[in-house]
Parts: sequence; C-alpha cells; structure tokens
Amino acid sequence: MARKISILIVDDEESVRDSLNNWFVEDGYQVEVAENARKALQLIESSQYDIILADIKMPGMDGLEMLRRIKALKQDAIVIVMTAFASVNTAVMALKDGAYDYVTKPFDPDDLSHLIRNASKQIELSQENETLKNKVSSLDNVEDLIGNSEAMKKVLKQVESVAQSNSSVIITGESGTGKELIARAIHANSSRKYYPLVSVHCGALTESLLESELFGHEKGAFTGAMYNRKGRFEMADSGTIFLDEIATISSKMQIELLRVLETKTFVRVGGNKETSSDFRVICATNRDLKSMVEQGIFREDLYYRLNVVNISIPPLRERVEDIPLLVDYFIKKYCTTMNKPHITIDDAAMQRLGEYPFPGNIRELENMIERAIVIGNGKKITLKDLPFGKDMIDNSIESLDDFEKSFIRQILNKYSWNITRTAKALKVDRVTLYNKIKKYDLKPDE
Amino acid sequence: MTQQNITLISFGYLGKHFLEEIAQAVTREYTYPVIVKESHLDLNEFFDASRRQYNGNKLLTAVNAISNETALKTIGLFSVDLFIPILTYIFGQAFLNGQTGIASLYRLSNERYGIEPDDKLLLERFTKEVIHELGHTFGLIHCTTPVCVMRSSTYVEDIDQKDRGLCNNCRAHPGLIHGV
Repeated sequence: MARKISILIVDDEESVRDSLNNWFVEDGYQVEVAENARKALQLIESSQYDIILADIKMPGMDGLEMLRRIKALKQDAIVIVMTAFASVNTAVMALKDGAYDYVTKPFDPDDLSHLIRNASKQIELSQENETLKNKVSSLDNVEDLIGNSEAMKKVLKQVESVAQSNSSVIITGESGTGKELIARAIHANSSRKYYPLVSVHCGALTESLLESELFGHEKGAFTGAMYNRKGRFEMADSGTIFLDEIATISSKMQIELLRVLETKTFVRVGGNKETSSDFRVICATNRDLKSMVEQGIFREDLYYRLNVVNISIPPLRERVEDIPLLVDYFIKKYCTTMNKPHITIDDAAMQRLGEYPFPGNIRELENMIERAIVIGNGKKITLKDLPFGKDMIDNSIESLDDFEKSFIRQILNKYSWNITRTAKALKVDRVTLYNKIKKYDLKPDE
Repeated sequence: MTQQNITLISFGYLGKHFLEEIAQAVTREYTYPVIVKESHLDLNEFFDASRRQYNGNKLLTAVNAISNETALKTIGLFSVDLFIPILTYIFGQAFLNGQTGIASLYRLSNERYGIEPDDKLLLERFTKEVIHELGHTFGLIHCTTPVCVMRSSTYVEDIDQKDRGLCNNCRAHPGLIHGV
C-alpha cells in the first residue's frame, strides 16, 4: 500500500496554518504544523517529512535561514517556500539555496494542488528509483549461484521454498561459500524483492558502532553524530535485513536484537521515540551457533528466534563436480569485466583445481581465476597461471612460527640449501639460520 | 424523538425550486431527510475590503455556531465570493469529520466566465459542491476516482467532469453512516 505523503507547514500566522492544514488533510496528506522555524527544525530532527511548506517571512529565524539549516540536516528534503508577491526576489534566493519551488501568497487553489502533486510525484519516483536499483543489484547477484551438484541443488531448493515465507533464516557455511549470495537469492525471490536488502557485517563493527548502525542515531547522540541517521533496520522497512557474522555480536547486542525481532520496534541511539519497521531477518555465520548456545556464549532465545530455517552451504571440496561450472562462469565474468576475449583452461590446470581442497572455498577459486586471467597469456589458463607453485600462500599457516618456518624453507630451497647465501638473503647470521633450521626441524628433502 | 437530518441553510435568496432540487439530490445520496431553511447573517462582518471577498473560515465558524443540535450535518449556502487567507478563492469548505460546511454558487455560474448563463448547469454544479462538502463532514477526503463527487475540484470544469454521487470506495467509508 502506498505510504501517505507527509507535509510540514511552517507559518507564524495561525489562520494560514489552519487553512493549509484543512486543505491538505482533505486531500489525504499527513500534516503537521509549526508556528516558527525553531519548532519546525525540532520536528524535522525527530520525524521524517516528505514536503516542508514554509513561509519566508517569520519573526526570529526567517524561512531562508531555516531552509539552509534543513538542507544541512537533510540534503534531499523537499522545501517549498511561501512568499508575498513583493518578495519574489527572496523566493528566487531560496531556489538558489536549494528550495524545490515557491508559491506567492495567496495561492490559486489549483497552483497549490499542482505544486504538491508534482513534489509527491518526485518523491514517488525517487523511491521507485531506489527500489529498482536494489532489485537490479539483487537479481545480478543471484546469477552468481552456480552449481549442478546434488548438494547445491538441495540448497537451491531450500532457497526456493523458504523465499516466499516470512520466516527468519540462518545460513551456515565456511568462509567463502557464498552465504551472502544465498541471502540475496532468498530476498530476490520473495515478495519483498522490490524493497531494499540491507546488509550488515556485524563482525566488522564495534559494539557501539553496530548499535548505531542497526538502530540509527539522533544528532548529538555521541561525538561525531553530526546528523540524524537512519539505522539499517529502518532502511530495511518492507524489505530484508542480512546480518552477516551474527555469532560475533556481544551479549548486550544479543538482548537488544532479540527485543527488536520480537517487537519490530526500536529507538534510535540518543533518541526517545519508538520507530517501527517491517523487515525480514536473514543471518549468516561460519560458526556452530548451537554449540555456542550450549557453552552459554550465545542466547538460546535469540538462537531459536533466528533459526526458524537453517540453510547449510557445503564447502567447495564437498562438491568438486561444480568446479568446472564455476571456473567457466568466472572466466566469462572476468573476461567480460576486463574486456578480454573469452579464454579456456587446459586439462592439467582443471585437474589440479579439482584436487585442491579450497579452504577459502568459492572466493578462493574466484580469486585464482581472476589472477590467472590477469597474468596469463590471454589464450588459455595453464597450470603455471595458477598459484600452486612456490609463490602460493600456504593455507595451513596459522601462526607466526608457521609463517617463519615456511618462509625460511622457501628461501633455503631457492638457494639450494646454500647456508651462506640464504642467511645473506634473510639478513641474519649463519648461527641464527642454523638455530632456526634446528628449531623448525627443516631438512633439504622436504 | 426527532429524527436526525441534514439541514441546508440558505443565507440570501436562492430560489425555492433551486433549494428543493438540491435537497432531493442530497437525500438520494446520503439517505437522510433534508430540511431546508432560510436564515440571515450580516455578511458585512465577514467582508474583507482588501480582497473584496468574504472570509470562508469566519463564515464556517458562524454557521457552525447557529446550526441546530438536532441536525446531524448542516451546510450553509451562499452566493458571495468566498476566500480563505491562503487561497485566492474557494467554492466551499467543511469541518472534516465535523458537523458543518459551507458552499457558494458565486464562482459556479457561466456568467462569471463570460459564457451564456445556464441555470440547469449552475444547479448541477452547486448540488455537487453541497454533496462534496457534506462528504467531508462525514470524514471523506478527496478521492482520485475521476467521476466521484469527492474528487478535488479547483475549477468549474473539474466539477463538470464528475458525477453527483460517491464512488463505491467512498460509499464504503466507515464514517458514512447512512440514514433510513
């Protein structure tokens, strides 16, 4: 259902406020009034208005100054200024300062209706534009879901059946398996597809930043909060919110999140007004939430609230039959992006890819193919274009010691175990190198 | 017990036949009995010399003050040029979800626009205007259906485009409690 357009009328004359209020209410708009600029700015800071209709000449702060402040607060606000015939020059100044239009008092009823209708149309168009942008990006990303294996078919079937419902979904899988793509696919196939899909990477934000990111904040709520800001829950109204790395959120955030999921209402940081939003929640994690619940690290009630449907994405090593399809897809994708002719991959390289365990999953495969296209001969991807040689980063490295051991071994091999040349290359003395060889139990035949 | 009615009060002579026709149309649309009265207000008190028009807000308040308690809704009928401070003119206005409205035929006649007089058309326009303002008193807002009487009209041509009656959507409005 189309949302009612809201109008704020700012005029110091009561009769003008009342007349306009009645006029717009009869036209089906949602109307609020303010008798001066200061009150109007307070209202604008705490609520959202689509159109602000303001008199230029008011005691105290005039309409022009108010317009500048509104524009500083909300760049895209639609402000229409009302002026007496004698002050048309001032109205022109207002247009230069970003006013949408002006009307001369008293107005012809038809002029006023036209003006508001045009402004409403612009609001609807920009909302539609935003929706279409989201739709396009969502559907683009669904095309990245490649796979013909039984495991992947099962996942896609689950996506299809869960998309039409409104249930919360948890997507689990190792890093790089494409959890966000699955979330996009669910959103793009749901009835919410024409509304935003808002993603939040919980692991990348501190607790206070995450709170502000999710719930929004009021101007002055904390140092650096220069403007009112909508939170992700508010942005996801009528759409879907995707919370990635959900297992990383703090206990305090778990409680707050649970409350929001239960009531679908929240208060902006530093605010006191409850805001409601109709969103669907999809979460993702590469950790075992159930065992986190058992260990008391993750709230059980939140777990059950989120885990209505669980979609588990298999790692790439468990669906090796999908590798050729994925390779072909990434070759096409990157050749197109880099404006190169379509190339192929030789059998030896493909066989090697099939044998590799891909701890970084599809993301790792994608990076490999992109790199191979960049450094290759432009005709065929061969084994030498793939990072399985000496320059390949060993994914078994988990600590500094592992790294040091691997690096020293690499340099020793490079100089055929010539200790003097290796020590010189490593910029250490021979004794230190011998100690390291001993410490890591390195041998020439390794 | 007195049955609830819609009262039309004529301020100034509008013609008996004219008023009866409007009353019948209102009864047909809202199914309440309609009482037609004549009354008097000193219109000089409502005249704005700088605009050479009559203040619609003040007139609406005055009509509201004299409306009969037994009347469910009251519409004051005028033949003077109405304005409200922010608009150059109005055909009429009403308290949304209230008891009272006003309407004027001043800007509805063909002569006002230099066209041949047409009394039948004038009656038709005024009837629509009265039914429209009554709709507001029942809580109806402007409708987007082209032929609905509740469609907003800022020119007489707009009034001519619409019908006398409410569209099905407006008719189903919960505020619209029909009479017998």
